[in-house]
Amino acid sequence: MGSLALFLRLVRASIGAQARYPASALMLACGQFLGTGIEVVAVWALFHRFGEVQGWRIGEVALFYGLVNCMFALADALGRGFDVLGTEFLRTGAFDRLLLRPRPLALQLMGNDFRISRAGRLLQGLAVIVFATHQAGIAWTPAAVAMALLAVAGGVALFLGILVLQGTLSFWTVESLEVANVLTYGGVQAAQYPLALYARWFRRVLTFIVPLACVAYYPVLAILGKADPLGAPGWVGVVSPLAGFVFLAAAFRAWRWGLRRYASTGS
Amino acid sequence: MRRLQDLARPYAAAFASRFLQMLQYRTAALAGFATQCWWGGIKVMVFAAFYGGSAMAGASSSISLAQAITYTWLAQGLLVLLPWMGDPEVAQAVRTGAVAYDRLRPVDAYALWFARSAGWIAARVLPRVALMAAFAMVALPLAGLGAWAWQLPASVAAGLAFLLSAVFALLLSTAMVMLLNVAATAALNERGISAVATPVVIVFSGNLLPLALLPDAWQAALLLQPLAGLMDIPARLYFGQLSGWQALGGLGLQGFWIAVLVAAGRLAMGRTMRSLQIQGG
Repeated sequence: MGSLALFLRLVRASIGAQARYPASALMLACGQFLGTGIEVVAVWALFHRFGEVQGWRIGEVALFYGLVNCMFALADALGRGFDVLGTEFLRTGAFDRLLLRPRPLALQLMGNDFRISRAGRLLQGLAVIVFATHQAGIAWTPAAVAMALLAVAGGVALFLGILVLQGTLSFWTVESLEVANVLTYGGVQAAQYPLALYARWFRRVLTFIVPLACVAYYPVLAILGKADPLGAPGWVGVVSPLAGFVFLAAAFRAWRWGLRRYASTGS
Repeated sequence: MRRLQDLARPYAAAFASRFLQMLQYRTAALAGFATQCWWGGIKVMVFAAFYGGSAMAGASSSISLAQAITYTWLAQGLLVLLPWMGDPEVAQAVRTGAVAYDRLRPVDAYALWFARSAGWIAARVLPRVALMAAFAMVALPLAGLGAWAWQLPASVAAGLAFLLSAVFALLLSTAMVMLLNVAATAALNERGISAVATPVVIVFSGNLLPLALLPDAWQAALLLQPLAGLMDIPARLYFGQLSGWQALGGLGLQGFWIAVLVAAGRLAMGRTMRSLQIQGG
């Protein structure tokens, strides 16, 4: 069986397992929808009171918000296996079983637990993008759609990379560290506002260390046809999502390094 | 007096033992702390941008930027004070059947769980709020970010009123956790319930945004609803926005909701316990 077919088979099995408890899956998806939706309330209330922020209007900020949530929803559904690696695989010794199978390890982890409930966040992100389209009058030309897809692909790669790093860390700690939430959930939080609002050092962190700005801020500027208030040239948005893939590649390099020093905890 | 002490002893012991037990989880507190600093920092920068951007901002909102920033740190420090979910120990007791032992003890079951849950919440809040204060009140000004710092309360009286109100907030939160506990007992599934309850709590307690920043038309309703007593009323006392009779009114409102929710919790618990079946033995 090819890798892709195997992956799809794993995803189907995992969704089938969750569908055995339809009420629970539905309630968790609703919870995700509501839980991520409250940030919309914050953004809306602030714009309702203040009108605009440094020349940004609500429709434009909504596009950041929607795209980032779609990216994270997809990455979170895919990367769940890395997220729980410490508690569910390393500590229990179940990881050894994955190592024995003659199939790519990352693939097995990605297909391990494909969460239906993440659809809640995805739908919410898409709804906000629709709102943004109306509010800011975004013209979805083929070029803009291609731009958005590239940005989402880069963003999924970036968030997946963060989850892989979190998993790598658990080779040392043998537990899943919540500190990574700073970069995953906190990353979503940071990237849903325009980069220009932040202090200079924080903008540097978001551009060069964890390149969230490269997958969200610059591509969205290109889609909106807005000039960067910070003065970056227009072509930056077209190439910057690639930084997400670079980050993912670097994360897998670290992962292989961590894997080499993995010692089983026993059965 | 002596009799009262005897009466309260088992509950005080339940509170203390759960409190000390939860204090052991130090890494969890540290991990949460790092996340909350990041979160708070982003919120502070966003507030600064919104307030700084428009000239009319100061006039159109009833709280200043410095207050919004202090509110943010306070809310991050008191994050685990909110009734996120039922006490996992109670949920576990229900699932394993250990709840039968609690039913056999010659004490008031509601009060015993209440004391335990209060200890569970207090032990998670205190270290976090201390760490957050050290970070936002001391470290930030030292790092030259004084504009982003957690300011002191408006006056000594405001500080004392805040402390009293924070204790009320703990009781209020525990009363809500008790309702979640009962719901978990009845449904045997606490995850779904907390998934739906959490967003509501975050918005209406003021943890997401100071309630004063939500639309003006909602303000009266926002202040009267029970969740305001968890975060927003203590914060208003802290800023001295409620003082004198208004402060008493705020504390009275918290007391009112505590009484209502405790009564509701007792009633619901009585009902559930009557229909509870213990499996196995």
